Amino acid sequence: MRFLTLILFFIGCFAGISQNCNNTFSGKIIDSHDNTALVDAKVEIIETNQTVLANADGTFSITNLCDSKYTIQISHPFCITQTHYIDISKDLNKVFWLEHHLEELNEIIIKGNHYNNKTNTTLESKISKDELERYSSFSLGDALNGVSGVSSLNTGNAIVKPLINGLHSSRVVMMNNGVRMEDQDWGAEHAPNVDINAVDNITVIKGASALQYSGNAIGGIIITETAKAPVKDTLYGKTIITGASNGRGGTITSQLTKSFQSGWFAKAQGTLKRFGDFEAPNYNLSNTGVFERNFSLSGGLNKFNYGIEAYYSLYKSEIGILRASHLGGAQDQVRAINNPQPLFVSDFSYDIDAPKQDVEHHLATLKGFKKLENLGRLSFQYDYQQNKRLEFDIRRGDDKDKPSLDLNLQTHTLLFDLDSKLSNKSNLKTGVMAKYQNNFADPNTGVRRLIPDYDKYDLGAYAVYNSEINNKVLLELGARFDYTHVDALKFYRTSFWESRNYDTIFQDIVIEGDFGDQVLANPKLNFYNPSATAGFTYKFNNTYKLLFNYSLASRAPNPSELFSEGLHHSASRIEYGDLQFKSETANKISLTLQRESNVFNFSINPYINFINDFIVIEPTGVSQTIRGNFQVWEYRQTNAQLIGLDIDAAYNFANNFQYNHQFSLVKGYDKTRDEALINIPPVNIKNEVIYKNSKLNNLRLKLQSDYVFEQNEYPNNNFEVFVPETGTMETVDVSTPPDAYHLLNFSSSIDFKINKGTAITVGFDVSNIFNKSYRNYLNRLRYYADDLGRNFLINLKINY
Amino acid sequence: MKKIQILAAILFTSLLTVSCSDDDDAIAIVPVNEEELITTINVTLTPVGGGTVVEYSSQDLDGDGPNLPTVTVSGNLTAGTTYNGTIELLNETEDPAEVITEEVEEESVEHQFFYTVGGNLDISTTYTSFDTDGNPLGTTFDLEALTASAGTLTFTLRHEPTKPNTGASDAGGETDIEVTFDVTVE
Repeated sequence: MRFLTLILFFIGCFAGISQNCNNTFSGKIIDSHDNTALVDAKVEIIETNQTVLANADGTFSITNLCDSKYTIQISHPFCITQTHYIDISKDLNKVFWLEHHLEELNEIIIKGNHYNNKTNTTLESKISKDELERYSSFSLGDALNGVSGVSSLNTGNAIVKPLINGLHSSRVVMMNNGVRMEDQDWGAEHAPNVDINAVDNITVIKGASALQYSGNAIGGIIITETAKAPVKDTLYGKTIITGASNGRGGTITSQLTKSFQSGWFAKAQGTLKRFGDFEAPNYNLSNTGVFERNFSLSGGLNKFNYGIEAYYSLYKSEIGILRASHLGGAQDQVRAINNPQPLFVSDFSYDIDAPKQDVEHHLATLKGFKKLENLGRLSFQYDYQQNKRLEFDIRRGDDKDKPSLDLNLQTHTLLFDLDSKLSNKSNLKTGVMAKYQNNFADPNTGVRRLIPDYDKYDLGAYAVYNSEINNKVLLELGARFDYTHVDALKFYRTSFWESRNYDTIFQDIVIEGDFGDQVLANPKLNFYNPSATAGFTYKFNNTYKLLFNYSLASRAPNPSELFSEGLHHSASRIEYGDLQFKSETANKISLTLQRESNVFNFSINPYINFINDFIVIEPTGVSQTIRGNFQVWEYRQTNAQLIGLDIDAAYNFANNFQYNHQFSLVKGYDKTRDEALINIPPVNIKNEVIYKNSKLNNLRLKLQSDYVFEQNEYPNNNFEVFVPETGTMETVDVSTPPDAYHLLNFSSSIDFKINKGTAITVGFDVSNIFNKSYRNYLNRLRYYADDLGRNFLINLKINY
Repeated sequence: MKKIQILAAILFTSLLTVSCSDDDDAIAIVPVNEEELITTINVTLTPVGGGTVVEYSSQDLDGDGPNLPTVTVSGNLTAGTTYNGTIELLNETEDPAEVITEEVEEESVEHQFFYTVGGNLDISTTYTSFDTDGNPLGTTFDLEALTASAGTLTFTLRHEPTKPNTGASDAGGETDIEVTFDVTVE
């Protein structure tokens, strides 16, 4: 058949030469990204040396062509030149689609295409690649701390958990490279298992409005992304080496990307981080070392109309927990809190002993997309995550080297999304999600399971619509529904089971068997969670913009809130969950006034969040055990209200000089009990002056002042305990927040170009310049030790 | 696109297989009996030269659970008498009960008992057992009941205390046992 066609072609050609040279070849050149005409695209016929330029509507026409085969080249200053072969036997009209690329390809993808907005009516804060590189030796939480309205709940200085507008843990969703992190995030001392060096961009959405990711982000969503590989033949990479005086350690991270004109690409990245004991201004913080090893690999095909990508990453970290924070009962707590210095201080060491955490997170993703005409961009993603969490306590006898907590959480997720352009001005995103999760708590620890074995099934579906009503108004509407089923197997102490009346309420879920003084229960729980969002953006002019958003979010209780029952060692308290909890629902209204110009920018963002059935843990009494007294904390549901204001401002007050200001305020109340909520960030003001000079090797000097007020609204959870040494009842002050503090930090960097492809950036930073002793209300170890002292940091980045 | 579809199908199938297989064996689950749990402390005071043995004990079978420990004192001390004291720690959730005192003695350097006298109680205590470095361990002790009086006596076991020390207040470490008994000397 093919042969026959060929013959016919040849016959046609030969016949043509002798006869007709009056054919016209016309057509249109279109940018395949946005369907606009490519003005001045050059169309060249190689055989005849004829050249024309496309006119304003992208059309062109070449006359006087004979019946023949021609080679045509279509080029445009910002496009990859295309070569086509055409057979002319009569007039021909053809449309050509060119892919519009800039010379600095990666750059433009980053700005224009890849890191696009996730929502249209809520303020999004982004952390750029340059900024992230400066945090190379820190954690993700530290970098996020730089965003207004985001603070962190710390356990020491290495476990940093982001807090958005006063909320954290299961209320903050972490999207890592398109994958929702499932890393036991319910725990206050469980930081996100993400290597900051594997991330090129972070977006923070303060609220639940990005329904395409989740409907339960009552606090907000953190989205980390990697840069898209360019579609051209290239090989590039970078290495960052950081050394720090505090902790006497550093980080080395490297990444390499190879990409091809054909769209294929491969990326490899790895990080090694090692620190010994960190230091407070006056003493060593014993057993606070960190050892982190991460790597990631990815590869795939990146075409304009379709693409496929495979990604794998391993995050492995070992973090020492301040030795002085390991306590017995409340009597130990009194001694630790009343002593101005930690009760255990030893010389500097790189050793990481118990108490410590050893966490491993595997993440594998396979995703693809296809652009379908008249339908939109259809994408699919499968991801698998395995989170292995070991926690070691100081133990006795044969159990010395055994972990006290050994959890293995495995999650499979399947996503299908469709992004359709309904018209030039409106867009509809829809999608479905299915998830299966299994938690296995190893009984060989010899410690009762903190989190039980469970299977969890999630199904979700969403639709988000946005439309440009006119030049000034953009509207956004969305809805989502999630169904969660939890099937757990949990051993309860018979004494607790009965004290809660579970033996009558839940007699149906008890599994018969002889388990000594324990009861085996098989709770099967269902949660139905609707969520929705509505908002608009109003553009006053090119400078001022107003964003309004309302979101409804609902969250099923997490395993800790449902099943906790027993001593939580790292908190030195007994914690009780409740099987009867229902989902919590939040209604958040947020308003943003934004000004964007060359000289003066600002955004003012007040918000209010009403949360019904808010799950809060708080003390209810003191339990006497043979080990002494422990405070009992029980989860309960209440109605909460969070109200706050975030302000960002930037002013270029002189050539090369910029002044930045940031202000965050949030107040949280328990409306049922009419008291303040615990762990609400105090008011924080940051001011910085930056000097930048592009003529002086991009010299950048920054002086930052960070003032944190004392939290003046907090619940009083103090309690009294008998201390035998003094024979008196003493108050255990676990409530009073520490004093306000002011830190001064310096940061600088300068670029050197070595040759065409290689550049070096050298950075020098000093944090806590005056070596000030301070304690942070949101650091769970604030009772036992001061925060970090002065730190000198040298940062060397090589781009090649 | 075909490839993606096939891959999706395979992944979906494996997903279902994994979820189904896990369901079946889920019931084969064992309870955890806390290995390091100390449920019971028995203090035996034997008068030197004969007389009535006095016993103090505290038992807390549900560990960190909501039930209170059961505290018993067998009788009063006699003024002017010296007693040889021994402390026994048990985990009675195991059958037979595990003697934790042995573990404490094996790791003598990392443990120490403290005897804290409260109220008007007029007694004195002396360590008679020591760790391998010669510092007090305190699983055995001598107690001298001085004059007729009443008050409290607290037994504290600290894990990884600072040794040597001058008492419970500067020893640091983590409390493994802390039990207070009401004691009367007559």
